[in-house]
Amino acid sequence: MHNKSITELAAGLRAGDYSSVELTQYFLDRIQRLDGELNSFVTVCKDEALSAARAADQQLQTGEAGVLTGIPIAHKDIFCTEGIRTTCGSKMLESFISPYDATVVAKLKAAGVVNLGKTNMDEFAMGSSNETSYYGPVRNPWDTETVPGGSSGGSAACVAARLAPAATGTDTGGSIRQPAALCGITGLKPTYGRVSRYGMIAFASSLDQAGPMTTSAADAATMLQVMAGFDRRDSTSADQPVPDYSAGIADDLSGLKIGLPKEYFGEGLDASVAKSIEEAISEYRKLGAEVLEISLPNTHLAVPTYYVVAPAECSSNLSRFDGVRYGHRCEDPKDLEDLYKRSRAEGFGDEVQRRILIGTYALSAGYYDAYYLKAQRVRHLISDDFTRAFEQVDVIMGPTTPDSAFHIGEKADDPVSMYLSDIYTIAVNLAGLPGISIPVAPAAGKPVGLQIIGSYFAEARLLNVAHRLQMATDYHQAAPAGI
Amino acid sequence: MQWETVIGLEIHVQLATQSKIFSGASTAYGAAPNTQACNVDLGMPGVLPVLNQEAVRMAVKFGVAIGAQVAPRSVFARKNYFYPDLPKGYQISQMELPIVGTGALTIELENGESKVVGITRAHLEEDAGKSLHEDFHGMTGIDLNRAGTPLLEIVSEPDMRSAAEAVAYAKKIHALVRYIEICDGNMAEGSFRCDANVSVRPMGQKELGTRAELKNLNSFRFLEKAINLEVERQIDIIESGGRVVQETRLYDADRHETRSMRSKEEANDYRYFPDPDLLPVELDDAFIEEIKQTLPELPDEKRQRFESDYALSLQDAAVLTASRELADYYEAVVAAAQSDPKIAANWVLGELAAALNRDAVDISNSPVTAKLLAGLLQRIADQTISGKIAKQVFEAMWQGEGDADAVIEAKGLKQITDSSAIEKMVDEVVSNNPKQAEQYRSGKEKLFGFFVGQVMKQTRGKANPQQVNELLKKRLAQD
Repeated sequence: MHNKSITELAAGLRAGDYSSVELTQYFLDRIQRLDGELNSFVTVCKDEALSAARAADQQLQTGEAGVLTGIPIAHKDIFCTEGIRTTCGSKMLESFISPYDATVVAKLKAAGVVNLGKTNMDEFAMGSSNETSYYGPVRNPWDTETVPGGSSGGSAACVAARLAPAATGTDTGGSIRQPAALCGITGLKPTYGRVSRYGMIAFASSLDQAGPMTTSAADAATMLQVMAGFDRRDSTSADQPVPDYSAGIADDLSGLKIGLPKEYFGEGLDASVAKSIEEAISEYRKLGAEVLEISLPNTHLAVPTYYVVAPAECSSNLSRFDGVRYGHRCEDPKDLEDLYKRSRAEGFGDEVQRRILIGTYALSAGYYDAYYLKAQRVRHLISDDFTRAFEQVDVIMGPTTPDSAFHIGEKADDPVSMYLSDIYTIAVNLAGLPGISIPVAPAAGKPVGLQIIGSYFAEARLLNVAHRLQMATDYHQAAPAGI
Repeated sequence: MQWETVIGLEIHVQLATQSKIFSGASTAYGAAPNTQACNVDLGMPGVLPVLNQEAVRMAVKFGVAIGAQVAPRSVFARKNYFYPDLPKGYQISQMELPIVGTGALTIELENGESKVVGITRAHLEEDAGKSLHEDFHGMTGIDLNRAGTPLLEIVSEPDMRSAAEAVAYAKKIHALVRYIEICDGNMAEGSFRCDANVSVRPMGQKELGTRAELKNLNSFRFLEKAINLEVERQIDIIESGGRVVQETRLYDADRHETRSMRSKEEANDYRYFPDPDLLPVELDDAFIEEIKQTLPELPDEKRQRFESDYALSLQDAAVLTASRELADYYEAVVAAAQSDPKIAANWVLGELAAALNRDAVDISNSPVTAKLLAGLLQRIADQTISGKIAKQVFEAMWQGEGDADAVIEAKGLKQITDSSAIEKMVDEVVSNNPKQAEQYRSGKEKLFGFFVGQVMKQTRGKANPQQVNELLKKRLAQD
C-alpha cells in the first residue's frame, strides 16, 4: 500500500478499498515502527490526523471529495499549523504553538488532506544535511549512516521511506531539490511567487519558496495544483492563473531542446554521479529531445552571492525571535540586553548564529555597498545567464548535487564544503526560476538526482519532462531496502 | 557674540486610515491593550506585510499639496533594531527612495512677512507599539495596538531661524494635513508629533553647528519652549568654552528641561536594506493626477480668496483659514445669512471664537452652528435686534435655548422700531429731566448720551438706536 501513488491511493479511497482513517492509521503505524531510527518527524499528530481522516471519509461518502481528500501527507516544520507545535527545527520554538495556519497548510487542509505530522529540518532551514536541527539529525533511509540532505531532510526521508505519500518542503538554496536527490524522490521548487510564503517561517524572503516532495512527478503535479496560486497575504506571490499541471504531463517530448551547462559538469562533480546523469540524458535523447551544450558563465558566483544575500535577509528575519512575545526566553534576565543576548544565544544553534553574524556584518554601515549591494548586482548577472540560455533551449539539465549522500558528521565542521553541496541549486533561487529534482540511476547504491530547470512559471513543462522519464524508466519507484 | 539658531523639523503625521499600514487591524485610538494587534502586528513567525493602498494615496496627497515630486518608484526598507515594542526587530520604513521628494511650504511670520521652508522628503513608515513602565512592578508592559499604524514622516530643511518660525511651520503642516484630511491632527493622542533638530552658529558663519535632536514635543507650546531652552543651553556651553555633542535629548515639560537620551556613539547602526517582503511602490502619472484632482482648496489659496472675495484683512483671512472647519463654518455663515462678510468675520472671530475658547469646545461641536449664527446675523441686518442685544441672544443660543428667533421671542428682545412709541418715550424722558435738557441746550452736548441711556433703560435696550438718536435730537432741538 505504501508504494502507491497519490492517484492510486485516491482511487482506492473512492473504490472503498480502505477508508481514510485506515489509510492514515496505516501510515501512522509505519511512522511508529520506522521513524525511531530515521527521526524524520519532530511532531506526529496522531489525534488530529485521525480526526481529519474521519471528516475526509464523510466527504468521500457524500461525494464532495477532491483528488487529495483523505490522503495523508506531512508538513515540513517550517509551516505554521494552527494549534500544532511549529518548531522550525529550533530550540527557540520548542514550545511554540502557532495561532494560525500557513496558506499552504490551509489550502491543503481545504482540499481534504490529512496532516500526519511535522517533519524534521535544519534549524530555520539553514543547512544541507539536517544536522543543524535541534531535534537531532535525520537519517537517510537508503543508508542510515548518511545524511538525507537538507534543509527539508525530514520531508525527503519520510517520503523516501514511504512514511507518508507526500510532504511539503521549502527551498531557499536547494532545500527541496538537494534532499530529494539524496533520498531518491521527486522534489519541485516552483518559480518564486508561485506558492504563497504566508505562514512559512522566513529564512531569506527573496529566495524562499515552498513546493511538493513526492515519489513521482505526477504526484508533484497533484500537490502543486493545490499549493500554487496568488495569495493577497503575500505581496510577492504572483497574481497569475494556475494552469492544470496534470493535463499535459504525458505530452510527447520530441523536439524538446535540453541545455547542459558546461559549468555543471566540471571540477567537483563526482564521476559516478556524472555517469548517472549522462544515462538519464541518453534516455531523453531516446524520447526525442535534442541536447545542446550551453554556458552559464556566472555559475561560480552563485554560492558567494547567496552567502551574502541569504544571511543578510535572515539576520533581519530572525530578529523577531527575541524572547519577548513567544519562543525561548532565558531564565531570570537581569535587564533587557541580557534578555536578548541569552535568549538568542540559548535558543539558536551554531549555524543559525553564524549566518546571523555574517548577515549583520554584510548589512553594516560601511560594508553594505561592498557586500549586499554588490551581491544584488551579481544576482542580476546570474539571472541574465539563464535568460540568455532560455533563448536557446527549453529546459536546462544537470546534476542536482555534486555528490551523493555523505556521511553524518563528514562535513559538519566544514561549513564551506557543506555550502558547496548546493552549488548547482543555488543559482536557480537567485534567479527565481523553477527547478525539479528527480531520481535517476543510483551511484554505488545511493540515489542521484537529475535537476531540470525551467523558465519562469514553466512548472507544467518541468513536470511533463520529469514525468516522461518516469514513464520510460522506473528509477523513481526504487525504495530503500527494508522499507 | 551674536548667535544664529538653525532648526529643522521631523514631523510624524499619523495617517487617518481605517486599518494599519501593513495589516487589516484597526487603527482606532484608545482600545484595551493588545486588542488591536493581529498576527502581523505581533510579528508572529511566518506573517507578511501587505501595503495599505489608502496610506499610499494619503502620502501622495500630501506630496501634491506641497508641490513636491511624487516618486514614480519608492521602496520600503527595513530599519533594524531591537526594542520590546518593535515586534519584528525592525521597522518598515523608507530610506533611499521615499514616496515624496523635495517640496516647499510658505509660512507667515509675525512681522507680516512670509518665508519659504524647504521640505527635504516625506516617507511612509509603520509606528512601533508602546512600552509602559508604570504599574508593572519593575516589569514593562507592552501594548502593540499602535504597532503598524501608518505614519508619514515629513522632514524639513534646516531653514528655520527661531522657535517662532519652527512653530509657524509646524502649525502650517498641521493645518495642511487636516485640510487634505490625511490626519486628525490630535497632538495629545500622538497623531501629530514633532522632533526638532537644533543647532546654533555664530551669526554669519556658513557651516552648521553640531545639532541636538529634541524629542517628545507634543504641543506647539512645548515645541517653542524646548527649542528656546536648547538654544540657551547650547550657547551657554559654547560661551563657556565647551563643545556641543551630537545627541538625542528628551524634553520634560514638567521640569522644563531637556535630558540626554543617547549620544551619537550609542546610536544604532540600523542596517537599512530594501524589504524583500514588499514590492516597490510604482505610481504612474495618471494616478498622481487623479489624486491631485481630489485635493481641496488649500489654506494659502483659500486665504487669498477670502481676502479678495470677502474683502477681509490678511490677518482675518489667515485666522479664518487656519483650519478647514473654521473656514467652512465661516463660509456657511456668509452664504446662509447673505450678510456683510466683514460682520460675519467679526462674529466668527469674536463672539464665537471666544465662546469656543472659553468652554474648550471644538468648532465641529459648536452649539451655535453656522446656520444658527447666520439666523442671528439676519436679525441684526433686518434690524429686529441691535448688535448689542445680539450678543445676549448669542449667549442664549450657546446655552441651547433655540435659534435667534426663538430666543428673541421668548425673551421679548425684539427691537422697537415704531417711531410713535419711541417718540412717546423720548418725550417722557426729556420732560422728566428738564434740568439736563436745559444744560444740553446751553451747549453741554455730552449729555446726549445720558438721554440715549435713559430711553434705552426704559426699553431694556430694545429701541432702535438710530431712531432713538434721531428722535432725541429732534425733540431736544425743540423748545
